[in-house]
Amino acid sequence: MSVKQQKRLSDNIIWLVLIGLVVFMTIANKNFASIANMRTLLTGEAIKGIMAFGVAFAILTKGIDLSLGAVAALVGGITGALVQPADLATRALSGGIYLPAAVSILLGILIGAAIGGCIGAIIAYTQIPAFIATLGAQLICRAAAKIFSNRPISNLSDSYRFFGSGKVFAIPMIIIVFVIIAFLAWFILVHTRFGKSLYAIGGNVQAARVAGINVEKNMIKVYVWCSVMAAIGGILMAGRAGSSDPSTSGLNYELDAIAAATVGGTSHTGGVCSITGVIAGILILGVINNGLVLMGVDDNMTNILKGAIIIGSVVLDMRKNIRKT
Amino acid sequence: MSEEFILEMQDIVKEFPGVKALKGVQLKVRPGTVHTLMGENGAGKSTLVKCLIGMQHVTSGTVIYKGKKVNFKTTQEALDAGISMIHQELSPVLERSVSDNVWLGREPKKGLIVDRKKMRQDCLELFQKIGMSLDPDEKMKNLTVAKMQMVEIVKAISYHSSIVIMDEPTSALTGTEVEDLFQIVADLKSRGVAIIYISHKMEEIFRISDDISIFRDGEYIITDRAENLTQNKVIELMVGREITDMFPKKECSIGEVVLKVENLCSGKAVKNVSFDLRKGEILGFAGLVGAGRTETMETIFGIRSKTDGKIYKDGIEISIRSPEDAIKNHIGMLTEDRRGNGIIGILSVKMNSVLANLKNYGFPVNAKKMDADTKLYIERLGIKTPAMASLIQNLSGGNQQKVLLARWLLTDPDILIVDEPTRGIDVGAKTEIHNIISELAAMGKAIIVISSELPEVMGIADRVVVMRESKITGIIKRSEMTQEIIMKYATLDTETQAEA
Repeated sequence: MSVKQQKRLSDNIIWLVLIGLVVFMTIANKNFASIANMRTLLTGEAIKGIMAFGVAFAILTKGIDLSLGAVAALVGGITGALVQPADLATRALSGGIYLPAAVSILLGILIGAAIGGCIGAIIAYTQIPAFIATLGAQLICRAAAKIFSNRPISNLSDSYRFFGSGKVFAIPMIIIVFVIIAFLAWFILVHTRFGKSLYAIGGNVQAARVAGINVEKNMIKVYVWCSVMAAIGGILMAGRAGSSDPSTSGLNYELDAIAAATVGGTSHTGGVCSITGVIAGILILGVINNGLVLMGVDDNMTNILKGAIIIGSVVLDMRKNIRKT
Repeated sequence: MSEEFILEMQDIVKEFPGVKALKGVQLKVRPGTVHTLMGENGAGKSTLVKCLIGMQHVTSGTVIYKGKKVNFKTTQEALDAGISMIHQELSPVLERSVSDNVWLGREPKKGLIVDRKKMRQDCLELFQKIGMSLDPDEKMKNLTVAKMQMVEIVKAISYHSSIVIMDEPTSALTGTEVEDLFQIVADLKSRGVAIIYISHKMEEIFRISDDISIFRDGEYIITDRAENLTQNKVIELMVGREITDMFPKKECSIGEVVLKVENLCSGKAVKNVSFDLRKGEILGFAGLVGAGRTETMETIFGIRSKTDGKIYKDGIEISIRSPEDAIKNHIGMLTEDRRGNGIIGILSVKMNSVLANLKNYGFPVNAKKMDADTKLYIERLGIKTPAMASLIQNLSGGNQQKVLLARWLLTDPDILIVDEPTRGIDVGAKTEIHNIISELAAMGKAIIVISSELPEVMGIADRVVVMRESKITGIIKRSEMTQEIIMKYATLDTETQAEA
């Protein structure tokens, strides 16, 4: 095998794995390949997938974001409360503050951006590890969500729920949002100065700085992007379920998002990330989740397999990088 | 004969891939003396002592220590045999106490438990021996660099060393601390310990040395008693080599001042540096490693923060707080540490080329223009790469350096600073880089070249600024340049110069 062929194989191995899994699941269970099941699979993975696009940017710059799920719960709770019917007895917000869905959603995204801005500024200017900063943010945001409302927020308006559970020409809105965000993430990484700068920062932060890249500003933007993805995830989550429970919604979603980005080849040593890879990572984990449930495999076995795949993918990735240097 | 020497190193050859660092050198050390190794950067002094203590291994040659042939595999073996080294870069365990550091890895034990009392007691005894007052329980991080060095010396004594190697021990010390160190050196000498001393500072070498060995480009030149040598003689022997015609200097007209630096300071690293730079001029910066040349340029370029002084470009004062600001002011800097803050190994030649110029590709980035720019410079600078998408880490050092040059040229700088542009690059690529620098000057760019290779600086510079201990000690015109003069400014104290 020539060097070029080898490279092509190692670049595309993830898609081969995905195809292999799909073929296996299709053979193992006749219901797997049905349109209805595909829709279930994709709608089930879309929210974690959107968060994976978020955290991939952080991982690309040698960071991480552990606050995604908690930010989603907080934003889902606040935006949900703002669109509850004004006369609802169990309303989370007293005083009858009621916003149209669009305004509430926009506000939710802004709240996400503000949280991300704070996290990013702390990481950029104090240089504490992103792991610590976002772990702290996770605790704070989860607690804030519970303080905001100690019971599930339900009876959300239909217009608010449109993005989470609506359909356009039989395609779930949630999948459309996922595709739009995937495109946006790809566009940013490949076609903007910001994206190019992230690869440089992840590859060699000192060199990036010497080349005139404002590392701090870019790091803040990375975490704004992360938290905005979490906010969108939270809004979709609340919309999909029709309610938002501050103590459980989005719980551990950041871990699934990190797993998907990692399996998708985003390197934790920085400087390597492709959106197509992340999409493949999301789908691989989704197919395993969905397919094994259809086959009636025990939940614990599924998790063992997922764990092995996450570790294995990083081992492979590291070996690839060692060979390069 | 062999009775007279405690250490005899003969025909030592050390090869690194592609480089012969030591080409059959010798070193003979008498017990109870200070034997100084001298030579320019890269002459092979450090390599020689590293081979002695087992940090590196000789390719061929014999080492006779105390009358026996030895070949230490590890520094621990050398230590146990009585040879210890105090490194230029100290590496103490900062969070632990002084006595913990002295006995690190060989703590005395009572049964299974470390005998702290004995550690402390033995430490105090050792301190007393060399007339030093220090609390063994003090945390290492609270000590000054000088005190840390003393602890290292105590550690060396605790091994009952017969040879103590000191690599630039005074580089971080103040005047009185140096005196203390010399006191200890004298004390060690009187107890029969041989000191192998590496330093660039002439005045201190002539104060404490008994013997001096001189090396040049990995070759042994001479060993003589210090009293038979003079400072000028030593400098001559250190640099005495012919300048080859590697440095094609293009004649070009020198224009008005583009950069003026006034009393630039950055903490202790840069002290009151003032100079100016003209259009079309190549200004060399010479000096020993650690003289503050890189730090000066880092301050101008915004990598290091300026604590005082002013920088003018085209007669207007400019404020530079980051490389971003410097680039906005059309200043570029090819840094010394190519791997550390130059290349981004896992990115392509193309991304590495356009990195400093990202602002000029619009939104969304104009990929075609990036390709065109990269292609242009691959051709113009003769960069050998399979493709512009190839990872830069797979290129040779010389080609990586050219990509970095392309990076800065794409920003269209008025002023280009290049720091050790040819370090670790093979001879052919060196000449190419010298050619590029010369051509840039001919095009009217103002260029600053830092280099530790004197022939390089002298070959391409119109003027040479010499630095020593964070200060400028001399600015020399091309017509007056000789290696001896530059080395004098680089190594001698200003007072000594006045006498000379």
